[in-house]
Amino acid sequence: MSSLQGYVDRRVLLVLQDGRAIVGKMAGYDQKSNVVLSESKERVYSMEEGVEEIPLGLYLVKGDMIILIGEIDEEIEQSVDLSTIRAEPMPPIRY
Amino acid sequence: MLIFSVFKTLTDQQVTVELKNDLSITGTLKSVDQFLNIRLDNIKVSDEARHPHMIAVKNCFIRGSVVRYVQLPADHVDTQLLEDATRRGDNSTKAIVLTLTIKNRNAETLKFHYG
Repeated sequence: MSSLQGYVDRRVLLVLQDGRAIVGKMAGYDQKSNVVLSESKERVYSMEEGVEEIPLGLYLVKGDMIILIGEIDEEIEQSVDLSTIRAEPMPPIRY
Repeated sequence: MLIFSVFKTLTDQQVTVELKNDLSITGTLKSVDQFLNIRLDNIKVSDEARHPHMIAVKNCFIRGSVVRYVQLPADHVDTQLLEDATRRGDNSTKAIVLTLTIKNRNAETLKFHYG
């Protein structure tokens, strides 16, 4: 079973079906891969300005909205200045 | 179930997963489950300049339902065995397993099309 156990209490990036990216600490999950994030923030990417972080607080994300969960490497994260990053938002899923 | 077994034999191999949002992620296959959710290690996103979103992500969990293709190392897949198993109908569970395309046995990589 490819489980999410290793991600609990770690800082993770969730990518959602509509292309949104949310970072936060994984507080918990269940067998349907619903995920609870604490101290979560949405990262809004645009070509006009650097990455904007919108605080969301405690969030429960439904498993079927999640396309990817990535563990954030704190060392690399520290070295990246989000305000300098210009990028299109991630494209939404198209079936 | 057949493809689940195939993936289990491919753990620790380098694979490229193409998602239905056109993102391609290359990494080491760490594990897979019955939904074909995939865990990858040491990942790299192709076209990192266009997709810097995952720059600080080293390992990830990908939901099986959003995978379009998985490119596999051809030399680690016994295509003859696969073809035989497919003809025998070893994918006996009714799970919609796949449209299996084995077009070119000498190809560098094989692509599995998710059903």
